[in-house]
Order: sequence, then structure tokens, then C-alpha cells
Amino acid sequence: MSTPETDLATYNFAYLDEQTKRMIRRAILKAIAIPGYQVPFASREMPMPYGWGTGGVQVTAAVIGPDDTLKVIDQGADDTTNAVSIRAFFQKVANVAVTTKTREATVIQTRHRIPEEKLTEGQVLVYQVPIPEPLRFLEPRETETRKMHALEEYGLMHVKLYEDIARNGHIATTYAYPVKVEGRYVMDPSPIPKFDNPKMHMSEALQLFGAGREKRIYAIPPHTKVVSLDFEDHPFEVQKFAKPCALCGAHGVYLDEVILDDKGGRMFVCSDTDFCEERREAGHVGELGVANKEAAE
Amino acid sequence: MSLHTEALEGGFASPVLGAQATFRALMDAMARPGTTRTAGSNAAPPHPLGVAQGAVALTLADHDTPVWLSPALANATTKGWIGFHTGAEIVSSSAHARFAFLAAGEPIPDFHGFAAGSQDYPDRSATLVIELPALTGGPTFVARGPGIKDSTQITLQGTPADFLRRWAANRAFSPLGLDIVFTAGSELMALPRSTDLQALGG
Repeated sequence: MSTPETDLATYNFAYLDEQTKRMIRRAILKAIAIPGYQVPFASREMPMPYGWGTGGVQVTAAVIGPDDTLKVIDQGADDTTNAVSIRAFFQKVANVAVTTKTREATVIQTRHRIPEEKLTEGQVLVYQVPIPEPLRFLEPRETETRKMHALEEYGLMHVKLYEDIARNGHIATTYAYPVKVEGRYVMDPSPIPKFDNPKMHMSEALQLFGAGREKRIYAIPPHTKVVSLDFEDHPFEVQKFAKPCALCGAHGVYLDEVILDDKGGRMFVCSDTDFCEERREAGHVGELGVANKEAAE
Repeated sequence: MSLHTEALEGGFASPVLGAQATFRALMDAMARPGTTRTAGSNAAPPHPLGVAQGAVALTLADHDTPVWLSPALANATTKGWIGFHTGAEIVSSSAHARFAFLAAGEPIPDFHGFAAGSQDYPDRSATLVIELPALTGGPTFVARGPGIKDSTQITLQGTPADFLRRWAANRAFSPLGLDIVFTAGSELMALPRSTDLQALGG
């Protein structure tokens, strides 16, 4: 039997101490007030290495409450290492309800995908961001990139996209495709495939971005203009897939390639596992899928 | 009740969950300007600090955030309450404040007296927390901007007659500027610098 006196010390709700949460919360509010602008914050060490989503975890920890339902995805999947460990982390330190269903979640932490299902008002999408600065690979100095943002000097980014066209005949950037938020700040949407970029535009959900190692938080409020950079003669286009999902037959979704053997066999399946499972449960079958038993009977 | 005990009482019944609930209301309000949220149901700040206003202080202020109090709030009890519950420094110079609290019915000082951030760091700006008699029933403003689908109408009661002109001036140096949280009792509505306000029909 345990009494409060003999209990071992437990974690504070959602792991972080209150002073850290206040600091992150202040950064989130300013990030929402200045859409697309990267707010510096005093990122903490988390019980997982940098690169495992410490920025997203800190943002989620500052936002989440006992009434929330959390979903965590890693490249669209609910069942991969990063997603499983972060979900278990919040179950342990915040005792929150978790789900894999997109529409049941109030807070969704994501690594590199936006769910296929349209997000709704009242949902918060938290992105894990490795490099928040879209200009970083063009200009390594933080003092310079900060000045470039202040002066709205984004010509370099267009030169980069132009060089893509000059070398490859088309814009070869396929992920972390830069966007302009509300006509002001150029922003890195984290390494989501550019297929997901249009989903950020005028989204009904609040989108928060946390970069732990780089110590930046930024945000896109709901109903905010998010435009992918392009040229008049080379307009922005998303990836297109020749075939539908091999398991559920879905068209117009983002697909992952799965190698089947060493003779060149492969298939393309939904990257969003929840979306794919739901379709298969509803009886949709792709060319390599197995018919749902109940639906088949 | 003596001055001292008044300053010690009235914090969140549960500091961790009270702060989380208030922050969530504040975050949703900031993300959707023009919508009203309830906050601070279990906080009891000393009069004339409003319930939601006090809850915002408990949620966001600490030793890293200098706080400025309007003349009506700059009394020993309120100073003591904020000092005891948040540890924030009370500053007399508004330019150094990260948060400024104003009581209902008080004139709103010139926005230029508060930090608006810098070109490199527009986030280093003050947030004003202004108590109003009510968040509805006043002149109609049409609000547009991020967080608002098309447009929405807000009818804050008790804003100064020249508020639209002053708000336009606050937005003139965008992305620099102040953000405002209006409170009335336990309700709050946020007005981030990204929101454009126009008179109805204007």
C-alpha cells in the first residue's frame, strides 16, 4: 500500500517543469501572433536524443492537458519506433488518452507528414522540425538569415529554385518545400513531402512547429494563407502517383514504396496507416490487398 | 482581511492544471481572434484585477517577464499578489515590460510606450492584458486576418474612441507591434497584431 508520503517522486504533469512550460507557452503565443516567424526558445534536454522530435515533444508537453487525446505519427505511420515511443512517453508522464484515429485526436504530433484526413477546428497539429531555417543551406550565418527575414530578402530562395530548373528542367525540391506565410515570412514546413504543402493553406487546425536542437518555435494559425514558392512559368506542383495504393486502392494520397523481393518487385502503399486501415475496414481493396473478411463475407 | 493575506490567497487551486487550462484558452483565443474563451475559473485575484486577467498573469508571468501595472492596479495588494504568485518583477517603466495589465475603465496609454519588438526579433514585444466592462455590446469592428475565416465582427465595450486609429498605427510597422488580450471577468478575447480591424461599413 502506498501513501502520498511514501510514494516515489513522480514527474510533473507532462514531464516539463512549470517554468519551462511558461517559457514555451509565451513563445507559442508570439509565434501565433506572427505567423511563420521563428521565435527563439530555451529548448531543454529531453529524455530522448535530438533528432527524435524533442522540439515537437516540448511543444506538445506545453499544450497538452488531461482532457486531450493524443495521436503521434512518424512519416504517416502510428506504429513506427518514433511514434510509439513518443506516444508511450505522454501516456506515462501525462496520463492522456491516445488514439491512432485522426478524427478522434485533439493534439496530433507528427514527423514529416500531414494526415490525409482533413483536420478540423479544435485540433492542434504539432510538427517535429529538424532545421527550421529555410535559408540555412543557402546562408549558414544566423545573423544573416535573421536580417534577411527582417528585410524580407528572399531572392536567394528563388535563385535556388531557379537553379533547380536550370539543372533539372523542373523544381527538384520534393520535401521541406519552402512556403510563404500570409505574404510575409518564408518558412520551412519541416520535411513533409511537398504533396502535403497545399494542406497547410487555410487549414482549420492550428499548426505549431517545434525545433528542439535549433531552439525555435513557429506557427500557422487556422485560416492562414500558405503559398508554396514557384514561378509563373514553373508553377508549384505536387507529386503524382501512377497507381493507387496497393492495399486499399486509394487515389490522390501520398504513397510509400515497399520493396517486395530482390528481383525488382515492389508496391506502393499509403503512407498514412490510419487512413489505409480505415479504408480496408470499409471494404476497399487494392491490387495486392487481401479483402476484409467481414466485407468479403 | 489584511493586506498581506489577500496577496497570498487566490492562486490556482491546482497550479499545474489551472495554468494549462488557461493557456489553452489563451492559445485558442490567439489562434482565432474575435472568439471568446473562459479562463481562470479557479483563480481569485484581488480586486480590481479581473479573474481571467489574474489567470493570465499566473499562467505566463515569472521572473523572466517584467510586468507593468496601470495606476489603478499599482497598489500594494496587486503588486504583492503578482509578486508572490508569479515572482515577476513589477517595473515602473512600461518600455521594459513583457506584460502590461490595465484595469477596467482606465485610459489605455500610448502604445508607443511599450516594447514593439525589433526587426530581427519582433517577438520581443509586450502583451497588453486589458480589462473591459464587457467583450460584447460596444461599437462593431470588422476583423480580418490569420485565424479568421473571411471576416468576423467584434463588439468590445469600453475601448477608447480612437481605438481603430491606434490599432492601425500598431499594425503599421508589421511584423512589429503589440498583442492585446482583452478580458472581462472570466472571459477573454485576443487581438494579435496580425488582425486587421475596420469600422463596420468602412
